Amino acid sequence: MTIPIKNRRFTCIVCPMGCEIDVDFSDDEIISIQGNQCVKGENYVKSELTNPQRTIASSVFVKNGEIPLVSVRTSGAIPKNKIFDCMKEIQKLEIEAPVKLGDILISNVLNLGVDIIATKNIAAQKQ
Amino acid sequence: MTQGIKKYQVVIIGGGPAGLSGAIRLYDQGIEDILILEREHQPGGILRQCIHDGFGLTRFKESLSGPEYAQRLIDEIEKRNIEIINNCTAIDLTGDKLVSAVSKTGFFQVKAEAVVLAMGCRERTRGALSIPGSRPSGVYNAGVAQSYMNLHNIMVGKRVVILGSGDIGLIMARRFSLEGAEVLGVYEILPFPSGLPRNVEQCLNDYDIPLYLSHTVIDVHGRGRIEAVTVAEVDQNRQVIPGTEKKIDCDTLVLSVGLIPENELSLSAGVELDPRTGGARVDENCQTNIKGIFAVGNVLHVHDLVDFVSEEAEAAANSIAEYLAGELPSSTLSITCTKDIGHVIPQKFNGKRDFILWLRVRDLGKKVTVQVKQGEHLVARKFLPKALPAEMIQIPIKKENILPHQEIEVSIK
Repeated sequence: MTIPIKNRRFTCIVCPMGCEIDVDFSDDEIISIQGNQCVKGENYVKSELTNPQRTIASSVFVKNGEIPLVSVRTSGAIPKNKIFDCMKEIQKLEIEAPVKLGDILISNVLNLGVDIIATKNIAAQKQ
Repeated sequence: MTQGIKKYQVVIIGGGPAGLSGAIRLYDQGIEDILILEREHQPGGILRQCIHDGFGLTRFKESLSGPEYAQRLIDEIEKRNIEIINNCTAIDLTGDKLVSAVSKTGFFQVKAEAVVLAMGCRERTRGALSIPGSRPSGVYNAGVAQSYMNLHNIMVGKRVVILGSGDIGLIMARRFSLEGAEVLGVYEILPFPSGLPRNVEQCLNDYDIPLYLSHTVIDVHGRGRIEAVTVAEVDQNRQVIPGTEKKIDCDTLVLSVGLIPENELSLSAGVELDPRTGGARVDENCQTNIKGIFAVGNVLHVHDLVDFVSEEAEAAANSIAEYLAGELPSSTLSITCTKDIGHVIPQKFNGKRDFILWLRVRDLGKKVTVQVKQGEHLVARKFLPKALPAEMIQIPIKKENILPHQEIEVSIK
């Protein structure tokens, strides 16, 4: 019985080269990877096929801040299928100024080994 | 009451990444008498609202958000105590390098030995595209929507149609989705996306947002607030194909249809612009046709990577230091390009030094060789497995490969 072979073309996003990588794969395994110019591309497509990872960014309201929002992002990549669960956690945050760039606002979000960090300094509103 | 006209060695108009990077390098080259004029209440420019990551990959080998990249520059500015006036809009510039500005303290003027134009760019508007239909609220440029959502805590809409697949539109498609809005589709008039492939992947495909190529918006409906748009497919001449019109109910239309370098001040000063870039015509030192006026960053040509903006501004700063010491050679030889190349920067050179040629191709191409020639003499070439208009191309030009007194032409083999 022949195993159905699927083919997908990826544009690697690891570096600005943007290599177009063709992958042949079945349900069980990756059969061939072609078009990458380095091992990072190979690892990227393997990750995309098995467990795609993404970083996300959002803004959180800051009470008493000189400006209303602090931008935040994930400190590393999380599984793509956890993006909206992660957003729900971010939306629960209640933050008060001052906030410092790099502050960990949620440690180890959803137990994914990644933090939600502030990416701006927000001083307290001047009285 | 008149204020005296203060003199500076260098006045930098714009405190975004171009202005800040240029200032830091100028200072480190021994030019400390610098003034930066910044329109917003804090420096950082457009980076302040670009909260997604991907900045600094080449420069810092890290994937930073826009605000973090900006803060690195701001920290360096503060370390050196470089003067910045925030909440300050430059309203005039003369060819004599007299800058007029308004700030919280009122109107003032400063005189500079050298001026750096670093004003960035603005967005093309609906009016410029003549999109027909009623004029309800709910029609936003992508950068404006980004500013509302990321700086002002305002959610601009819930059912969104995006016109234009430029990077800002793609980034906002993702931003809207993350905040719970429904992005009904991204409509692009060209037969290929305008933005980077990685953004199509991470901003549209990840969120199952459809991308309709060769489509555009031909009508806007709604009285107080937008209620719907009509979209249609277009042919290769961008003419509507009859029968393809479709009405889409929405409450928001976001436009991502091009960035235009902000050169009103440059025109006041008599700086010559290149119609292909919308920015100044410059030489390899980023000097405009007016001696002592330089242009860097998005006001010169719209960049894709802020890392290159910093690189460009720093190279210009080196040249400005030479200019102030009276040692900058003038550049009179032209660099032109064939029709398949969108634009080249610089447009003039002198051949006495190495420099970087920046260009964009006009159309998508595979296995493309860009050639830089003086007549039949090959100065440099670059092979690209894939060339996209969305990705700016850099070609280093070596002085020893340049023949004297001959103009350069850039073409695709």
